[in-house]
Amino acid sequence: MTYRFDFGVLLPYWEQLLYGCLLTLWLGTISTVIGLSIGLLTVLAKRSRFPILRTAANVYIETIRNTPFLVQVFFIFFGLPTIGIALQPWPAAVVALSLNLGAFSAEIIRGGIDAIPRGQFEAGAALGLSPFKTFRYIILKPALRIIFPALSGQFVLLLLTTSIVSSISAEELTSVAQGIDSTTFRSFEVYIVTTLLYLAMSLLFAFVFKGIGRAFFSYPAK
Amino acid sequence: MIREFGWPEVWMIVAGMRATLLLSAVAFVGGGIGGLLIALARTAPYRFLRTLAAGFIDFFQGTPMLLQLFLVFYGLPVLGIKVNVWVAAAVGLTLHASAFLGEIWRGGIEAIPRGQSEAAHALGLSYFVRMRHVVLPQALRISFAPTVGFMVQLIKGTSLAAIIGFVELSRSAQLVSSITYKPLLAFGLAGACYFAICFPLSRLSARFEKRYAIKG
Repeated sequence: MTYRFDFGVLLPYWEQLLYGCLLTLWLGTISTVIGLSIGLLTVLAKRSRFPILRTAANVYIETIRNTPFLVQVFFIFFGLPTIGIALQPWPAAVVALSLNLGAFSAEIIRGGIDAIPRGQFEAGAALGLSPFKTFRYIILKPALRIIFPALSGQFVLLLLTTSIVSSISAEELTSVAQGIDSTTFRSFEVYIVTTLLYLAMSLLFAFVFKGIGRAFFSYPAK
Repeated sequence: MIREFGWPEVWMIVAGMRATLLLSAVAFVGGGIGGLLIALARTAPYRFLRTLAAGFIDFFQGTPMLLQLFLVFYGLPVLGIKVNVWVAAAVGLTLHASAFLGEIWRGGIEAIPRGQSEAAHALGLSYFVRMRHVVLPQALRISFAPTVGFMVQLIKGTSLAAIIGFVELSRSAQLVSSITYKPLLAFGLAGACYFAICFPLSRLSARFEKRYAIKG
């Protein structure tokens, strides 16, 4: 083994790497907000009275869940311009990530609502609560308890998925790393550091979400 | 010169499925062996092994698959091992699959009541026999749905090998897209091919999940 590790060459780039982390977090956050909204709408469509809406929701969910994210990104970024929808890399990345999260979160949210026993809806009605009040006071919190761990896991997964948008040269941590790689030629060191940055971010969020879950979405101790 | 999007181009993309399936199969078999070792280490009676396996799992579940491939692709040459993209992709995906399958099967092993393992121990069965004939057959059956679910994830994950230059379904679509200037068709067709592989597996996984949910 003749390779000499040299992490020192990366020192001048620490600001760029930090900036990359922030871009990744920002990308993940926007896409989560939009994606969760899409997910909620999809669940509503899936529970709708109209068969067309139900079918559309199913087609959307299954298409996204059964094709690779890379192909979805390429389809949106390279494919859509040929039918007149041209997006810059960053908006294309947000659209792709949001659509992706929308499909996965729809399944999670639907699972959470399905897990609430019917009797709880009926109990609310029997108490004379309006459907909204039943939802607000009886359904929402237990449903959130059920879906919160899965949803927060999905956020971390999304954060890791953002690395793939570097392939359409949208700016985030991985594309920043590729830039540093091409000026320093220290590929292995660059990608080790980048990987550890992702690890730190996902561990941090897993920890934070665990705390939030314990504080707000756990059953009171007996 | 721009080429037409004709049958040869369609065939070029569809033929990319072969490499995708082959890479998936290699990663799944390799990951199956690795995952079994990880699951056993994760539930081993030795703290050291458990911590080591937990660290391995956390690393692969907490970092992007793309970066894992980069690390193998640029890392193996550092260790003095010459690699082509085939080897890099296979090794990277195998390690990734080992971690995820290890975690899935750990759950399966822990779901088997301890009493069974203890009973087998009391009968004088060795660790190997206990695992082979008592715990693992049940644990793997419980884990069937998530295992198939992960298979879908792995098949989709092989598309990332395209980024390090491995020619499979996604890369073929990229190549066809750039010679025909019909990206919508090329990536649409590639997506349809992935769907044709993944959708039946997803359905299978969902069906088994339901079956165990009712029993559970």
